[in-house]
Amino acid sequence: MISVTGLSKRYGSYLAVSDINFEIKKGEIIGFLGPNGAGKSTIMNILAGYLSMTQGSVTIDGYDIVDYPEKAKKKIGYLPEMPPLYVDMKVREYLEFIYDLKKVRFPKRPHIDEVMKLVKITDVQNRLIKNLSKGYRQRVGFGAALVGNPDVLILDEPTVGLDPKQILEIRNLITKLGKNHTIILSSHILSEIQAVCERIIIINRGHLIADDTTDNLSNKVSHEQTVSAKIICDEDKMIESLKMIDGVRSVTSMGKVEKGAYEFVIEPERGKDIRAAVFDKVVSMGKTMLSFRDNAVSLEQVFLRLTEATDEELETMLSTKEEEE
Amino acid sequence: MTAVFKREFKSYFITPIGYIILAIFYAFLGLMFSSAYSVGSPDITAVISATSLISLFLIPVITMRLICEDRRQKVDQALMTAPVKLVSIVLGKFLAAFTIYALCFVPTVVFEIIFASKVKINAMSYIYSLIGVMLLGAALISIGMFISCLTESSAVAAILSIVINFVVFLMPTFSSMVKDVKYFSWLSKVFDKMAFMNAYESFNNNIFKVADIIYFLSIVAIFVFLCVRFLEKKRWS
Repeated sequence: MISVTGLSKRYGSYLAVSDINFEIKKGEIIGFLGPNGAGKSTIMNILAGYLSMTQGSVTIDGYDIVDYPEKAKKKIGYLPEMPPLYVDMKVREYLEFIYDLKKVRFPKRPHIDEVMKLVKITDVQNRLIKNLSKGYRQRVGFGAALVGNPDVLILDEPTVGLDPKQILEIRNLITKLGKNHTIILSSHILSEIQAVCERIIIINRGHLIADDTTDNLSNKVSHEQTVSAKIICDEDKMIESLKMIDGVRSVTSMGKVEKGAYEFVIEPERGKDIRAAVFDKVVSMGKTMLSFRDNAVSLEQVFLRLTEATDEELETMLSTKEEEE
Repeated sequence: MTAVFKREFKSYFITPIGYIILAIFYAFLGLMFSSAYSVGSPDITAVISATSLISLFLIPVITMRLICEDRRQKVDQALMTAPVKLVSIVLGKFLAAFTIYALCFVPTVVFEIIFASKVKINAMSYIYSLIGVMLLGAALISIGMFISCLTESSAVAAILSIVINFVVFLMPTFSSMVKDVKYFSWLSKVFDKMAFMNAYESFNNNIFKVADIIYFLSIVAIFVFLCVRFLEKKRWS
């Protein structure tokens, strides 16, 4: 659906985006991650046809954004970081303007009603945009992106500045839209990306530093996929027994956490899955396990590690995993 | 193009700018009409051509917001990511401003009817002078729109356009100033060509020259083109 090859953007002597390559298949939901100034918005602006690239190419559903801008843009709904709104217009009036601008073919009234219902702005349709709160403006901008029902949605930080309830609503909407749209989403809220996106592209200082599924990405950077177990047992004995399991590197007791129960953190040898073995062992010893969980590295940790790592560290971090595979 | 035109035209009447411009124009035209009527010289051409003086100030007010306001409010992102050509966005804006300007001359129809009831009039001379004033306006609007491209503040755009309009209107004076200066007399010809008023005057004198129409239309075309190129360049740099 979207293919980006060798994309670079230079502002004067400053290289904002450097040699970015990725492909997005139809129906995928992609998360764009990166610290401020990493080049996320620049890339999104290029994808949407607002800015032009210095080098490289972008094709949307087979149409090159430079050679066939109208055909490519027809497929895109874009919500920039600051929703572009004529604040002196009413909500419905603005959406009708966007409808006319995009030369949409659907019947006008029902289509706009549907869009307003989707982003929940029906009740403010006759109010001036300048009198709306940030959350509502964001939703009007989202609505404008949805006008014409484009196949691709590019959403630049769609939940920034919203309250938790609104964030949840927008997130649900994105998940819902993801069923029949290709979505590119950027956000600072990593949990949001983790909740919504199947695949993540991490950008730092204009370079693409990771492009993988959410799960793989967590695994790639974590060498210590530890598990925690809460077991009713004798502390020292249990440590001894757990250490005997093949593939266990170390066992640490976190001390007594409940009456008669101890919590242990068990670290496997690199690349080994010890969960089944640990469970079987505890059961065979006739002990009761109260809880058992994976200490998966959170996306925050992945993100911080990747963006803070120096180039060399990064290379080893990402290559070691590939060798193992 | 129609979407941009509609939105832009409406925006003149959302803010008071449209009303203010029309009110000033109508008041001025009324004044010119009444003085022409009372001295017994029912010449609509004089009434219309007198407006070129206030057009100097009012056209920049019409054009000042055209492009820079979008950029200031970041709405240009919506326009430029929509599946429309840049040139139709620019033309839509130009036509909206031009329509406001054209509306300013609606009362002259009434004036002409009143004159007609009094004396025998030459309808062709009315039409010529209307064509002339429209072409002059279109040229000044295209320049004002281009200035609005260059800056992000509408006030700066207005002031700059007024200055440029003055320079354009003073071209005949500049021309006669350098006419007898040694080595620089060739400049006089250049200034003459840049003087809109020379081309405009012929319409008021009932002279209909295709060359003058092309002159004004090419000025419009050049500045619309410059606007498009400028917006395009913003995208690449």
